[in-house]
Amino acid sequence: MLGKTAGGLYWMFRFLERSENTARLLEAGFRMALTRSSDAESEWKSVVITSGTGLGYEKKYDSYSDTLVMDWLLRDTDNPSSVIAGTKSARDNARLVRTALTTEVWEAVNDNWMTLRDLLAKPVTTVDLPAALALIRKQSALVRGALHGTMLRNDIYDFARIGTFVERADNTARIIDVKYYTLLPSASAVGSSLDNVQWEMILRSVSAHRCFRWLDEQDMTATAIADFLIFDKRLPRSLAFCVKQTTENLRYLEQEYETRHPCHDLADKLGRQLKTLDINTVFDHGLHEMITEFIRDNNALGAQIEKDFRFIG
Amino acid sequence: MIRPDGSVTPPYAAYDAWFKCQDPARLESKAEEAEAFFRRTGITFNVYGQSEAQERLIPFDLVPRILSHREWAKLSKGIDQRVRAINAFIWDIYNRQEILRAGRVPKELIAHNEAFVPQMMGFTPPGKVYTHIVGTDIVRTGEGDFFVLEDNARTPSGVSYMLENRETMLQMFPELFSQIRVQPVSDYPKNLRRSLSACAPQACSGKPTVAVLTPGIHNSAYFEHSFLADQMGAELVEGHDLRVVDGRIAMRTTKGYRVIDVLYRRIDDDFLDPLSFNPDSMLGVPGIMDVYRAGGITIANAPGAGIADDKAIYSYMPEIVEFYTGEKAILKNVETHRCAEPEALQYVLDNLAELVVKEVHGSGGYGMLVGPAASKKEIADFRKKLEARPGNYIAQPTLSLSTVPIFVDQGLAPRHVDLRPFVLVSPQGVNITPGGLTRVALTEGSLVVNSSQGGGTKDTWVLED
Repeated sequence: MLGKTAGGLYWMFRFLERSENTARLLEAGFRMALTRSSDAESEWKSVVITSGTGLGYEKKYDSYSDTLVMDWLLRDTDNPSSVIAGTKSARDNARLVRTALTTEVWEAVNDNWMTLRDLLAKPVTTVDLPAALALIRKQSALVRGALHGTMLRNDIYDFARIGTFVERADNTARIIDVKYYTLLPSASAVGSSLDNVQWEMILRSVSAHRCFRWLDEQDMTATAIADFLIFDKRLPRSLAFCVKQTTENLRYLEQEYETRHPCHDLADKLGRQLKTLDINTVFDHGLHEMITEFIRDNNALGAQIEKDFRFIG
Repeated sequence: MIRPDGSVTPPYAAYDAWFKCQDPARLESKAEEAEAFFRRTGITFNVYGQSEAQERLIPFDLVPRILSHREWAKLSKGIDQRVRAINAFIWDIYNRQEILRAGRVPKELIAHNEAFVPQMMGFTPPGKVYTHIVGTDIVRTGEGDFFVLEDNARTPSGVSYMLENRETMLQMFPELFSQIRVQPVSDYPKNLRRSLSACAPQACSGKPTVAVLTPGIHNSAYFEHSFLADQMGAELVEGHDLRVVDGRIAMRTTKGYRVIDVLYRRIDDDFLDPLSFNPDSMLGVPGIMDVYRAGGITIANAPGAGIADDKAIYSYMPEIVEFYTGEKAILKNVETHRCAEPEALQYVLDNLAELVVKEVHGSGGYGMLVGPAASKKEIADFRKKLEARPGNYIAQPTLSLSTVPIFVDQGLAPRHVDLRPFVLVSPQGVNITPGGLTRVALTEGSLVVNSSQGGGTKDTWVLED
């Protein structure tokens, strides 16, 4: 496979994952603003910061409101993490690697782009937002379904999956990081309504609010939520799950190519670190420090993968 | 198809019988279905000068253009002859230049030609093939009366439309193909691969590795590049994926560099090698011409092949065919006035309103004048350009092109068409896919079929015997 093609697949799925996560984040923020309108501005701000686009936003706007943030996250092409920008980049990368995709996957990505382009041609009002977000979610489910249902399990699939999980790990880590103070045990006046709303928001941004309740093993506490998001391998958006998936797909590549690269060592190291920690040691060590390190290491892993598989010349 | 008395010409008889039984509303919805299919599949082209988000569809007409077995036999024999002559001509021009010495083609036409590539002098490409892929533009003026409009010997495009148009027809009207026996076109990608592989260079050992070189996703024909690579099972590469490694051209893969034997390039000569041609080119591969001349790679079509499809050379094609094959040309040339010649220029200036005037190096229907369709002002403006640079133009009479029916709101209506059959050349012979790309001028009375100028396409059927 061409290095460029591997890179195209990796980025195609990073962008798809990113725009889906942006939509999810917006959904959580919207609910939060509805339920706690008193401090809406700071909630919208934290949504933008979580999306990692705070700098770009502040260059453009002086304040935070539902209309502005919705537009920024959904439609603004100046925001590389907006739903429309991610969808467009994913589709451009799909065109680049079209020969590596099944017809079903290509058509799903192309249809995703055409549908969202039309959907987001005009500003979305708060009344229309739930329906718009539902459509965005549905479209990305279709792409994912086509990938799982039709692609050969070979290196093409591995690069697609690695892109997905490197991006997802980064997204989940940033959500934890922005909200980490609400997850500290000291901050948790158990059962206080303030924390409940914040936790709900965090869980919703990773589509895990119902999962958490299903597990029903513990009360909703800061420690339990942090543990869930970082260490629970059953949750498809937890850090441990993402790292496990990335490591696994990298191992398939190692077997198929009969070559072990530095990125394999980095991924193993990342996995080992998560294994040796538990939630109590994380709190002892400092949640914020741990997450910051994780984001840094995960980025380094991504960069090493690009280098080892010659994405660019 | 439809004669003045209302009867249909024989190749259309079976189709006409089927068409008469169709509900127009159903056909209407089929037409919409086809458009949705093209959009979903991403069969689009980008229009230069518009923003890159502007991917347009080429309108598709659902009435096939039908050729009888006999007509096709004559046409393909003529194309075969012409393509062989073109390859012999190009080899001659870059080697002994006998046709120039014999005075059959003027020397100046070669020496000052932009399409002439001096780096090709004294070099014979693998298999002695220059035009691996040709798209000969044909018009028909009556039963069995074919004229060649252009010999596209560089990188003719449109073959993906030939294939997708047929695919679309098969999906929309499967019953038609069980009633009417149409020669298949679907072998083209397989034949292309085989034909390119047969031209592998000296240095190739084992099964040749073929790659398609594209300028990238913003090129107007990118869809076709990826489509062909996909169908052939070849890699789709860009210049920055390639480099010279140990005297061969190699592509950067996830496992390191891998050698390429045959490069089907879809970029112009000028961009192929910044060391040999345009030094600013970012699209090509530095050093590829040296590797090529040393027998390390096959470039298809060969650099410099454009010398044969230049519009000024075109007017000499009857002589060229005769010179190299010893036979009279089977396909006619359109009478061509070379404006570089004073007498011809005077004639053209006197008759601008009746003529079609084209730029010698132009393509895509840009920069041409269609006299009968032009306003007085357009003619006057063009006259100035022509007088300023006569050598830049040739002129041809407008032919009374035959028309074929298209599907419109009122049923069927006649429109002018041309035809581009696709021809593969290898040391094993010439292979012509039965059919080709029919382009249709969708505006009533118009003669301009280019997709960039509002033309559409339709499926082309060659009937079985």
